[in-house]
Amino acid sequence: VENVRLLDRLSSRKAALGTLYLTATHVIFVENVSETRKETWVLHSQISSIEKQATTASGCPLLIRCKNFQVIQLVIPQERDCHDVYISLIRLTRPVKYEELYCFSFNPKLNKEEREQGWKLVDLNEEYNRMGIPNNYWQISDVNRDYGVCDSYPTEVYVPKSATAHIIVGSSKFRSRRRFPALSYYCKGNNAAICRSSQPLSGFSARCLEDEQMLQAIRKANPGSDFIYVVDTRPKLNAMANRAAGKGYENEDNYSNIKFQFIGIENIHVMRNSLQKMLEVCELKSPSMSDFLWGLENSGWLKHIKAIMDAGIFIAKAVAEEGVSVLVHCSDGWDRTAQVCSVASLLLDPYYRTMKGFMVLIEKDWVSFGHKFNHRYGNLDGDPKEISPVIDQFIECVWQLMEQFPCAFEFNERFLIHIQHHVYSCQFGNFLCNSQKERRELKIQERTYSLWSHLWKNRADYLNPLYRSDHSQTQGTLRPQMAPCNFLYKFWSGMYNRFEKGLQPRQSVTDYLMAVKEETQQLEEELEVLGERLANLQKLELNDNKVKSKQQDRSKQLGLSTSNNSLANTPQEYSSDLKSFPSRSPSQGDEEDSALILTQDNLKSSDPDLSANSDQESGVEDLSCRSPSGGGCLPSEDSGKDSDEAVFLAV
Amino acid sequence: MEFAELIKTPRADNVVLHRPFYLAVEGTLCLTGHHLIFSSRRQDNAEELWLLHSNIDSIDKRFVGSLGTIVIKCKDLRIIQLDIPGMEECLNIASSIEALSTLDSVTLMYPFFYRPMFEIVEDGWRSFLPDQEFELLGSMTDEWRLSCINKEFSVCPSYPPVVIVPKSIDDEALRKVAMFRHGSRFPVLSYYHKKNGMVMMRSSQPLTGTNGRRCKEDEKLINATLRPGKRGYIIDTRSLNVAQQARAKGGGFEQEAHYPQWRRIHKCIERFNILQESLIKLVEACNDQSHNMDRWLSKLEASNWLTHIKEILTAACLAAQCIDREGASVLVHGTEGTDSTLQVTSLAQIILDPRCRTIRGFESLVVREWLQAGHPFQQRCAQSAYSNSKQKWEAPVFLLFLDCVWQILRQFPCSFEFNEQFLIMLFEHAYASQFGTFLGNNENERSKLKLPQKTMSLWSWVNRSEELSKFQNPLFEANSLVIWPSVAPQSLQLWEGVFLRWNRPSKFLDEAHEEMINIIRYNKELQAKVNALRRQLAEMETDDRMQENP
Repeated sequence: VENVRLLDRLSSRKAALGTLYLTATHVIFVENVSETRKETWVLHSQISSIEKQATTASGCPLLIRCKNFQVIQLVIPQERDCHDVYISLIRLTRPVKYEELYCFSFNPKLNKEEREQGWKLVDLNEEYNRMGIPNNYWQISDVNRDYGVCDSYPTEVYVPKSATAHIIVGSSKFRSRRRFPALSYYCKGNNAAICRSSQPLSGFSARCLEDEQMLQAIRKANPGSDFIYVVDTRPKLNAMANRAAGKGYENEDNYSNIKFQFIGIENIHVMRNSLQKMLEVCELKSPSMSDFLWGLENSGWLKHIKAIMDAGIFIAKAVAEEGVSVLVHCSDGWDRTAQVCSVASLLLDPYYRTMKGFMVLIEKDWVSFGHKFNHRYGNLDGDPKEISPVIDQFIECVWQLMEQFPCAFEFNERFLIHIQHHVYSCQFGNFLCNSQKERRELKIQERTYSLWSHLWKNRADYLNPLYRSDHSQTQGTLRPQMAPCNFLYKFWSGMYNRFEKGLQPRQSVTDYLMAVKEETQQLEEELEVLGERLANLQKLELNDNKVKSKQQDRSKQLGLSTSNNSLANTPQEYSSDLKSFPSRSPSQGDEEDSALILTQDNLKSSDPDLSANSDQESGVEDLSCRSPSGGGCLPSEDSGKDSDEAVFLAV
Repeated sequence: MEFAELIKTPRADNVVLHRPFYLAVEGTLCLTGHHLIFSSRRQDNAEELWLLHSNIDSIDKRFVGSLGTIVIKCKDLRIIQLDIPGMEECLNIASSIEALSTLDSVTLMYPFFYRPMFEIVEDGWRSFLPDQEFELLGSMTDEWRLSCINKEFSVCPSYPPVVIVPKSIDDEALRKVAMFRHGSRFPVLSYYHKKNGMVMMRSSQPLTGTNGRRCKEDEKLINATLRPGKRGYIIDTRSLNVAQQARAKGGGFEQEAHYPQWRRIHKCIERFNILQESLIKLVEACNDQSHNMDRWLSKLEASNWLTHIKEILTAACLAAQCIDREGASVLVHGTEGTDSTLQVTSLAQIILDPRCRTIRGFESLVVREWLQAGHPFQQRCAQSAYSNSKQKWEAPVFLLFLDCVWQILRQFPCSFEFNEQFLIMLFEHAYASQFGTFLGNNENERSKLKLPQKTMSLWSWVNRSEELSKFQNPLFEANSLVIWPSVAPQSLQLWEGVFLRWNRPSKFLDEAHEEMINIIRYNKELQAKVNALRRQLAEMETDDRMQENP
């Protein structure tokens, strides 16, 4: 469709004229401006809603909202075209079969071997070995080998050694969807463990001997402690309501040596509505500060994030400080339980705060334990009530921790944003389907590629420059501030407003430091080369063979001190020499008035499928009094618009 | 008056000091004329706390049996608690602190007694003289002149002795204009934009009154700054409504009919007690120990602090845009021209002028646009967020300005030569200091107090290399461009470095900062080594060649 206008959400005067293309996998908008021909690509799988608005004189507006928080506003001149686009998109964005998804057609030009290698990057057995398992207390169980006991669990499950197949099967019959207690994390240092399950089918009085034995076995697997915590992550009211349906929670009287604890995290429906409300706030055209803060509070989003964090902190504390094992469950044990177990693991074990470890963590607590990716993120057309930003919340928890512990994580914000993007993109097979069983049936590993190897290949883009594996913050358990520090939880504009570049800081400290580190590395290499050359020259000069070799060593060591002396004599040359190094200045935007936006450029180089969407601030020609930013970075200027124009009219 | 009269109990032993995130420490408390000194008796880790009495905002005392507790709330927002055994001692100490922290006379303040323990390399009182500024201006344009009309502070008591005005306007005309402006603050040059020759001027409101008085000289003065055929913008920092109400009190705004070449734009930046209340509410919210996320956000919202930040930044961006993008000259004023006016003119310069983003340039900006321009520091900064007194002239105007600078710094972390600590330091010294820089309300008062002779300048201390290194931003790379900050609510944040400074653990953030410095330092060291090696190699190679070709 030609002559389509792409509106800029922030300034109504800036609209790009171009052509809209629909392909089998993408919506593509190409600008008419000949020199740039800027392209905006949107994956069908990213589209969460399409809204056809009332036709106006200028055409028929179409509003596309994406799951990665991009909002695109198009105006199509002809009503009929608009309708066609609308109908096509509705169909294209609601695939009914997995085979229609992008990952089955996506081909990153890797051969079969590379693809298989990619899937091997994250190996969970290796991970349990890293934790020190199997050992005297824990073993791998094949009770679920054909998904015979629980179809949403993996085939390989780690359980206490004293839990026999009989106990496991018996316990599974007493748990929702047969999700029996299984090991999520084991702390080598003190034998304390985090286990997970679904709720017991206790109703008002039902008991199950095997389930009681199962919990007893978990306690026995930690000889240092005489009780375990059972953490129900639901609000107490919800858990009690479940009793009427024959489900519920553990009765402390029936289990020997458990301490039962509620930690109120709301259910997926509350979370879905909360995100919806927060996104409405983000979408406001030019909100006042009060509109924004009030809307943020009203959405309850940060309150929910904090509830998840508090649960994770509680468990991490129990394991690390008290040395007590914890069994975590919610209702089905695949949403809140996944969030809380993974937050706790992240706090406990520095390995999960590395890039590789974080991939392992998601693979362990989310993918393998049957988090229902397809339902939650609406990959296939399904029940909208199943959709909920469960993993988004976990990803945000990680970001909130990164803000509090800037040196503790090997990866940066961009890594999190790209993972969030790919949870929805369906470009890689990792997050397809609802369980390991479904993925095996679909032969995902043979037919699609793994996101992890893709991210690993580009890991340079995802490094946190402040991370050092020997730094004190990197070691041991992270202990975030607990309850009263509400102010530590902040709105994540880098995620929820990430397509409004004008709202983001214009210079990225992370990218700047990464460039410095890269340059440092080049310097180190050059230093070595120069040192060798110097040594060789000196070798030539001194004809005495015996002196030669000694000199070589010495020059390497002493090169530094001599150079420092010469430097002190000629400081000016130092700065002129600087120019011979790759420029890394964040501010040399040249023609552009606003300083160069590093994040965008790096985004572009690192991940084309993301950057294609990024709306680069180009024009500074918008001289309207209302948006001094030109580049649209002052959206809220619009708020003053009416009153000021009134004044102009009076003049 | 002798301070000794006020100090009934100069010393108390076995006092316990409580601070958030620190273990309680036992030690000795001493009171001197200007300081409260606490020193722990622990041999291994002796610790001393020195607190200026003038930093104390409020003090509460309570008793449990004979154990007295004093809670001291400081102007830098810190709260400390002292447990003092003995009711009489405690009462004495509390009343002494109360008296010493509320001395009436400026000349009794610590700066008049402070003797520096460092060598003075450069006298800060002479670091930023108007003549130097004008010399710089003279190199760019000859359309302006330095007027000594206010030499004896006779025309405008709140202006400095010399001001920069259009060359074509003589002192006689200036006198007439002064009569037409509130507090005699006639329009003067604030900033000259080298790129296109546009200017920013500031003044106070015109005294048009209800009958629409006009002043030909005033019109002539501001028109003198316009290029032929060009229009200018008047940014009135008050809403139209407030400006109209001001007419009833003799004030007002420029009538379109009399200033046809000017477009007037009204913004609404709040003043005085509204700002002070906002600060009090914000600090209360930050100190709230409740466990409820909703309450925090609604309290933050109700304080309106970030709303004020947004308003001020928006007005400054607007002024900068008029100058840089519209190619128009700008006149900024509110009512008195000593508060919101200065916020706007100084922030606009930070956006437009890379010089103001250097340490030296920023100091010069504070001197020009705040101290010399007559922002009444002594009145505005007399009390901070914990004061109970409801004086109407106290307001965190300067703190709001610093917060706005921090917001821009956060959005352009590589474009400023100074760091957050520099801004926090200025905040502290504006409220309580051993230096005389922020004493007095204008240059007139400062000269009467003989501050340059009798006190030390803050700049003398700051501009020594030992101190400067603490305030340097390791990420700084000179950026000669105009920087346009975003003023959307999503882009503005609470300034944690000031408001949460005492109620959040800062260890991990400090470590991150240190790591950042290390990365950059190591890089610079390597650069130096590589350059030196290169040079050495080049020398040797030329030597070789010379030997080969004798």
